[in-house]
Amino acid sequence: MANVLVVDDSNSIRDMVSFTLKSAGYQTVEAKDGQEGLSKAQSGSFDLVISDVNMPIMDGITLCSELRKLSNFKFTPILMLTTESSTDMKMRGKAAGATGWLVKPFNPDKLLATIKRVVR
Amino acid sequence: MDIQELAGNIPVEGEYSLEGIDFITSGEQYLTFLLANEQYAVDILCVEEIRSWEQPTKIPNAPSYIKGVINMRGIIVPIVDLRLKFNVGKASYHDTTVVIVLTYHREESSRTIGFVVDAVSDVLNVETQDIQSSPAFGGCVQPQYIEGLINVGKNVVTLLNVEHLQEVEKHAFNANF
Amino acid sequence: MTVDLSQFIPSFLEESFEGLELMESSLLNLEAGDNETIHSIFRAAHSIKGGAGTFGFDVVTEFTHLVETLLDEMRDGRREVSPKDIEILLTSVDCMRILIEAARDEADYDKEKIAQTTAQLSETLANKDTSDNVNTEQVPQNSNNLIDKSGSNNLSIYKIHFVPEHNLAKTGNDPLFLFNALADLGELTIVANTSELPALTDIDPQELYLSWDISLKTSASVEDIHEVFEWVEDECLLEITQTTIQSQAEPEQTPDLEQTQASTTAENKEIIAVQPAITQEPPAVVAEETATNKPKGKAKAKAEVSSIRVGVDKVDNLINLVGELVITQSMLSELGSDFQMDKIERLTNGLEQLLQNTKELQESVMRIRMLPISFAFNRFPRLVHDLANKTGKEIELIIKGEQTELDKTVMEQIGDPLVHLVRNAVDHGIEQAEVRVANGKPEKGTISLDAYHQGGNIVIKISDDGGGINREKVFAKAVEKGIVEPNSTLTDAQVFDLLFEPGFSTADQVTDISGRGVGMDVVKRNIQSLGGRIQVESTVGKGSCFKVNLPLTLAILDGQLVKVGTETYIIPLISIVESLQVDNDLINKVSGDMTLYRLRDENVPILPVYQLFGLKSEFTKIDNALLVVVEADGQKVGLMVDHLLAQQQVVIKSLKDNYQQVIGISGATILGDGSVAMILDIPGMIQIALTYAQHKQQHRSAASHYEIGAPC
Repeated sequence: MANVLVVDDSNSIRDMVSFTLKSAGYQTVEAKDGQEGLSKAQSGSFDLVISDVNMPIMDGITLCSELRKLSNFKFTPILMLTTESSTDMKMRGKAAGATGWLVKPFNPDKLLATIKRVVR
Repeated sequence: MDIQELAGNIPVEGEYSLEGIDFITSGEQYLTFLLANEQYAVDILCVEEIRSWEQPTKIPNAPSYIKGVINMRGIIVPIVDLRLKFNVGKASYHDTTVVIVLTYHREESSRTIGFVVDAVSDVLNVETQDIQSSPAFGGCVQPQYIEGLINVGKNVVTLLNVEHLQEVEKHAFNANF
Repeated sequence: MTVDLSQFIPSFLEESFEGLELMESSLLNLEAGDNETIHSIFRAAHSIKGGAGTFGFDVVTEFTHLVETLLDEMRDGRREVSPKDIEILLTSVDCMRILIEAARDEADYDKEKIAQTTAQLSETLANKDTSDNVNTEQVPQNSNNLIDKSGSNNLSIYKIHFVPEHNLAKTGNDPLFLFNALADLGELTIVANTSELPALTDIDPQELYLSWDISLKTSASVEDIHEVFEWVEDECLLEITQTTIQSQAEPEQTPDLEQTQASTTAENKEIIAVQPAITQEPPAVVAEETATNKPKGKAKAKAEVSSIRVGVDKVDNLINLVGELVITQSMLSELGSDFQMDKIERLTNGLEQLLQNTKELQESVMRIRMLPISFAFNRFPRLVHDLANKTGKEIELIIKGEQTELDKTVMEQIGDPLVHLVRNAVDHGIEQAEVRVANGKPEKGTISLDAYHQGGNIVIKISDDGGGINREKVFAKAVEKGIVEPNSTLTDAQVFDLLFEPGFSTADQVTDISGRGVGMDVVKRNIQSLGGRIQVESTVGKGSCFKVNLPLTLAILDGQLVKVGTETYIIPLISIVESLQVDNDLINKVSGDMTLYRLRDENVPILPVYQLFGLKSEFTKIDNALLVVVEADGQKVGLMVDHLLAQQQVVIKSLKDNYQQVIGISGATILGDGSVAMILDIPGMIQIALTYAQHKQQHRSAASHYEIGAPC
């Protein structure tokens, strides 16, 4: 089953995303900021990365462009979690190599339905 | 009715292991002990352990029947001398003097208290219907502590109520002045 | 599938409150141009908004959205950070707290305050030259957009022409998954167009060369199809044409982002209602959608769950120690299995190691309950800020030693007394600026909070450089209130102690901050109930200092072991003033039975412990007896004991669990030899002594009564 890296500085959101994915049969690895996400990404292989945008230490956009520099994350789907539905934010995400975005708030079902667009 | 056939259905000791024996004696089990040659009993499920008498640490200004507290595996357990509490016999302490530690579980909490008795005697199997209510004659033991009476042969065993037994009266701290 | 979101709510609440605290403290320290701080404030608000939306606290989301917008403008440099904005943001933090608490408790809240603050925020947002960006971002409603909500259940055939750019895969998108997602919407037929495919040698394996013509038979709307392609729309040519084949008379509604929650829900119901009509469509998605529709998180966190967050390092340290303990244990048991006298040295070493391990383990376990006192201190910057505004005084708050650690239980109970002391310092301590200047002091007053460890205790000092406490005024007031006799001579410390008498207040006028005369006695009582004590030092014109001395933990206590008769008792070290051998010349018998000992200027009543506890003791004579002078409630007494034994740390065990509270005893402990020893409760002992004295007096008067009556 697909292995998903979940990066969010908020415990509750991270737990919720991770729990939802796990209950749908995905495996998850959690990280609490971009930096930790990057180092966990380097030490494992993932089929999908879901990351928050606003985080301390390293934000999600930076994480995304850093991940794209890694050879085994070249084609890995990266979804940004954002409350900002502005086109500006989406363009910044795209420019950094993000696959798509999930606009908060979202519920577990929406999350699962949406990630089907990028992962089995 | 074929009596032989019926008898064949009754389990024989040893044939059914421990469960079979339980099947025969479906009643409750009680631990009996002696206070001044009188027999008393408590529900065996409340018995935490039986330990030999040791001098407890005194609780200041406690009633005389509360001997103090002991350390039972890190738990502070008060020791009540039942002979003094019930005012029966003589409260002497020697090798055979034992402490029965009883735990009574309430809804959320439990309380553990040790009771000094003269000796532990036996384990009784008693059917619930064989427990008689106690006649309301004044004895040494106040009626709230008595659950009922059990006939064992010629003797009568007084079954005690552990919950009430564990109630500690608020003692006035100037009791000894 | 259904995921119960409510299980994540407690953790959301916890981090929200942490976020609010961070916002508050950062706002108080915010200086213009400090971008990093604004960023962290923004992030906190942002997380709260995101979480609140997810967990269905829509009021919180809406309100926080305004706050976030304001912060966003500051973050982007579109707005100068003005003191007025900071005030509004601080009030907003309060509002967010109110809203989150109300959401947690499902309780009502101060709607007026929220409305007022909302208006203030909106006004602030509107007032600025930032109209261009204020409303670009909608508050996303918690809606499920997956299935068309327009209420139409038309079955349509869509022709989709999809030509992705060659580098589409570089953003991690894969057409295959898009097609899978389309297949979830209805019947799908796909024809691939390979005409663009270059010669094999020219193919870059990382590029996409195919395009597709798709036919989809579905009840979904064109928006739904666009949503599937949402992430790739900019990197492809996408043409969608719709042919409706089957239509039911259903009024078409346009999806409106602004629509209220209620109508969204109503619409979702409509979908359920029409669902049976479209039997060949996969109903699973819709069913799931409605099942968890609008997850209204029921906050079960009402009853306070007592938990602590512990740093991983502390837990790791604990695991290491347990590891060492296991090694020591196995070493000892190996030694024990084949012991000979020549191994005695190894045994001694092993036991020493065991002692060391146990000690370290104990300290580590205790440390788990310890939190830095910043948890109690962090509310003070805001408090002082607000109080200073209210009183029109200029005050700087200096906090030192906020990393000093303290037991969680002690921390929880010391908060309110500290608030009281700080309020007093602002209200009564610091003078108005004019007065200060006239007295040659800087305009700005200073209040400092200082925490540090001293022995097994933590000391918290609340000091101010204000007017100090007027000794004469306090004394006069105490005389007026009948607390002391006009002609009594008291030391400074004794006079200041009067402040803690119930109903005492020296404030010239009662303000709404403090000075109602209630409180200081409560402060003292709270501190004492924690086994601590409070002292006051003050110099008129220079300022005052309240020094709170607390045990680090309520589970362990530093004690002096004493022997009385056959029993060993423990006197808490914190209450011991000194221990001494009685000098017979200094003993005074007064009013019959009361024995006083002259300790320098004071007369200290002697309480023979054996007498109070009804014990047999060989040491019943006061001459040359050992006295342990202890203090409680400002009252010093001398406890007469047989012997002084060692001083040691003891673990406090409750007597209440299996017995009951005993007057004069605060608990029990288990000594090294496994026996139980009682821990003395000094205020309780004094109470016993008083009752004892009264008892005797009654006896005597009764007796004299009898003597008088006898001749009759």
